[in-house]
Amino acid sequence: MSTSNKPVVVVVGNGMVGHKFCEKLMAASDGFQIVVFGEEPRPAYDRVHLSEYFNGKTASDLSLSMAGWFDAERDIVLHMGDPVREIDRTERVVHSRKGIVQPYDFLVLATGSAAFVPDIPGVEKQGVFVYRTIEDLDLIKAYAKQARHGAVMGGGLLGLEAAKALLDLGIPYAHVIEFASRLMPRQIDSAGSHILETRLAKLGLQIHLNKSTLAVEGEGKISRLRFADDTILDLDMLVISAGIRPRDELARLAGLQVGTRGGILVNEKMQTSDPRIFALGECALVAGMIYGLVAPGYEMADVAASQLAGGHKTFTGFDMSTKLKLIGVDVASFGDAFVSEPDSRTIVFEDRHKGVYKRINITNDGTRLLGGILIGDAAAYNMLLQTVNNRLPLPPDPEDLVLGSRGGAAAGASVMDLPEEALICSCESVTKAAICHAVTEKGVETIDNMKKCTKAGTGCGGCVPLVKDLISGTLKANGRYIRNVICEHFDQSRQELLHLVKLHSVKTFDEVLGRWGKGDGCEVCKPAVASILASCWNDNIQEQAVIQDSNDRYLANIQKGGTYSVVPRIPGGEITPEKLIVLGKVAKKYNLYTKITGGQRIDLFGAHVNDLPDIWEELIAAGFESGHAYGKALRTVKSCVGSTWCRFGLHDSVSFAIEVEERYRGIRAPHKIKGGVSGCIRECAEAQSKDFGIIATEKGWNLYVCGNGGSKPQHAQLLATDIDQATVIRLLDRFLMFYIQTADPLTRTATWLNKMDGGMTYLKNVVVEDSLGMGAQWEAEMQALVDSYKCEWKEVVENPALRQRFVHFVNAPRKKDPSVTFDTMRGQIKAKEW
Amino acid sequence: MGSNTKWKLACQVEDVPSDGGACVSFGEEQIAIFNFSRRGEWYATENRCPHKQQMALSRGMTGSAGEQCEPKVACPFHKKTFSLLTGDCLSGEEYKIRTYPVMVKEGKVYICV
Repeated sequence: MSTSNKPVVVVVGNGMVGHKFCEKLMAASDGFQIVVFGEEPRPAYDRVHLSEYFNGKTASDLSLSMAGWFDAERDIVLHMGDPVREIDRTERVVHSRKGIVQPYDFLVLATGSAAFVPDIPGVEKQGVFVYRTIEDLDLIKAYAKQARHGAVMGGGLLGLEAAKALLDLGIPYAHVIEFASRLMPRQIDSAGSHILETRLAKLGLQIHLNKSTLAVEGEGKISRLRFADDTILDLDMLVISAGIRPRDELARLAGLQVGTRGGILVNEKMQTSDPRIFALGECALVAGMIYGLVAPGYEMADVAASQLAGGHKTFTGFDMSTKLKLIGVDVASFGDAFVSEPDSRTIVFEDRHKGVYKRINITNDGTRLLGGILIGDAAAYNMLLQTVNNRLPLPPDPEDLVLGSRGGAAAGASVMDLPEEALICSCESVTKAAICHAVTEKGVETIDNMKKCTKAGTGCGGCVPLVKDLISGTLKANGRYIRNVICEHFDQSRQELLHLVKLHSVKTFDEVLGRWGKGDGCEVCKPAVASILASCWNDNIQEQAVIQDSNDRYLANIQKGGTYSVVPRIPGGEITPEKLIVLGKVAKKYNLYTKITGGQRIDLFGAHVNDLPDIWEELIAAGFESGHAYGKALRTVKSCVGSTWCRFGLHDSVSFAIEVEERYRGIRAPHKIKGGVSGCIRECAEAQSKDFGIIATEKGWNLYVCGNGGSKPQHAQLLATDIDQATVIRLLDRFLMFYIQTADPLTRTATWLNKMDGGMTYLKNVVVEDSLGMGAQWEAEMQALVDSYKCEWKEVVENPALRQRFVHFVNAPRKKDPSVTFDTMRGQIKAKEW
Repeated sequence: MGSNTKWKLACQVEDVPSDGGACVSFGEEQIAIFNFSRRGEWYATENRCPHKQQMALSRGMTGSAGEQCEPKVACPFHKKTFSLLTGDCLSGEEYKIRTYPVMVKEGKVYICV
């Protein structure tokens, strides 16, 4: 231990708030020696995102950064797994469980809280858990393997997080039991709760409200719950999340003042009844409140650090507004969420079909926003919260705030209207002024740099959209024209660069960079230019392998663990038994995991990079070709079985799908392209979720474009009706070339359309009516791409120099990556968890 | 480099593509070697990306960042970028990779691990 003469600050508790306090104190002053005692066996971790532990995050992913803590000039010691068990205020020392006697000049209690376990008979039974620490989660995880019926007691914020954990653990029957008449009673009202219940029910959660639990029953372990209304619920496990209890035992023992219902009493400087002792976070009772969220805890940490370092910050209450994604559903509550008539007026929007509920409370004179609740769609949260906090004037029709403006200008205030002192990032206390200053004075133009410069957005991340808007708003206000440029190396958009490349017949990245770029390129512009070059000239992308994304460089999809997957083209999803047998034989020979993809193909996973050319040699010999699953290119054209077999089929959808897939195979585009062909209106090929979808009608085909699955599904829109096959192809040629030549990098057709001025009407005019007069040129350009198609893998297999590139170690070409290992599952290999 | 540093042969110059990377097996280690031929520079780092512990950096795209044109590589898995000079993560996170000195002599690439 250090023997410096600096005053010693002992921190009891190494949770998120204790951790933040150390960070803040070290930033404010290096005049202290800090000694931390933590009860848990590991350094502080992110408890807010604890449920992510169940969907693959590891304990080390969740741990909080201690970068720079142990630099030479720092004076900090951490004792893990060693809680303080006694404070001697007269001698000013603490005693730890392992027997350390540590003197202090100042003592900071950040002991946090424990789960509140209601006094119900039987809670001690096996299979009853609390949800608080990584250790709790490990116990739950182990027990869940044998459980089919699981419940969470408590429908508050943390309870619903715990319910998500049960779903993630694969509990088939998951329940939420709430004593109150609604979910999240502190944050949302009954109408909001109804919408939330419906959405959660769809996800497989059974919600039980107004349930007062009388007893946990079972022989040694839980088998059911008995409620006051004489009902029972059969259960294998129960997770209790019924609130928190401040950990104030140590303070009580030391004679510090505590609240009647728990919590260490502190003043606005976070001082307890002993001025040398401070208390922070969930163990502290400040102005009659226990704050059970992390942001106010951080604020308290900042206040205490400032006080110790000679500053004057005080804690004056905290805005408990909150926005979170609960099991995939947005839930937000801000300002005064519950105020109602006669003290205010309420505007409510409820859409039971989509599961959206929005409520805002405004002053009786309609000039100010007081607070509100958002369920299902909380996109407006940041701006609404800012409108409350900064008392911004409301638009003439305040309902625009929840409904969106119907025609005319955008509703509500813009970020640039916020006052300078508006708090944008409440986790790190960063104001609008600080962000704008960083843009104007320090030249910060990206969110990454803003995080480094101001720390804004590094906490919960909720303010990131607002910060981005402020960056671009400030740049605009400074007269900077925000051009949609590719990256720092090019001042052109993708569309502009594509035109230059075509006009000057440029064929290589180096020449593009030399003529129009600066620096050495990067992982953004290299693949973008590679895509442009491929769209213009269709040369084999292996000729410039190092500018391709890894998947294109190795003509396969990199997977967890560093192996690749192989997807041969199976046009329209039609395959002969002979070819199926070949796929099986190849998969067996090279020990590959096989799975049918969403695009009616067969994916072979787990191939070593060294094996790729041999695998493809065998596949090509059997008549397969590349499926371009690795490329920003046409993937599949999915089809239903169509009129050849189906009793409803109007036309032969399989043959048409094969024709279309073989026409556009290999063509590079700004992003991947998927298609579908359905033989009748029943739409079994799900063509309307594709970039282009073709659906048979009595008179011909209907053509839909710009659909998308993925994270934001969007139905394709009708481009033309009752057209023949030749017209479908002609319109598709134009549509695809228009997209390829004008979309930004990595933009799917749906997003491209959403950003297009004039939208679908404009697209129809351009593609169908040929309003730009580009039709003939696009058709010719597409035909040139179609005519120059070659299977990339065939070229590699037949070219020894290209084959040589498929090695892991250049100095040991036959040696495979020894770090690659597999688990097994259901009789096949599986990538090791990372 | 001091005269007492131990240079060891890693690979031939032509093993590493122009403006790209390649991986060499080096005892128990995997080392990524980058041929920054646009600038006539060579770099070597560990092949492991610290984000998900994947042996992949040699397959990443090289490039440069900022006015000073700091040479960098982007991991192919999640596009975390790292300075080839310092090993610092340039995408705003606190990861760091090891870097090693490289020497090229008579068509051979040597590194010092």
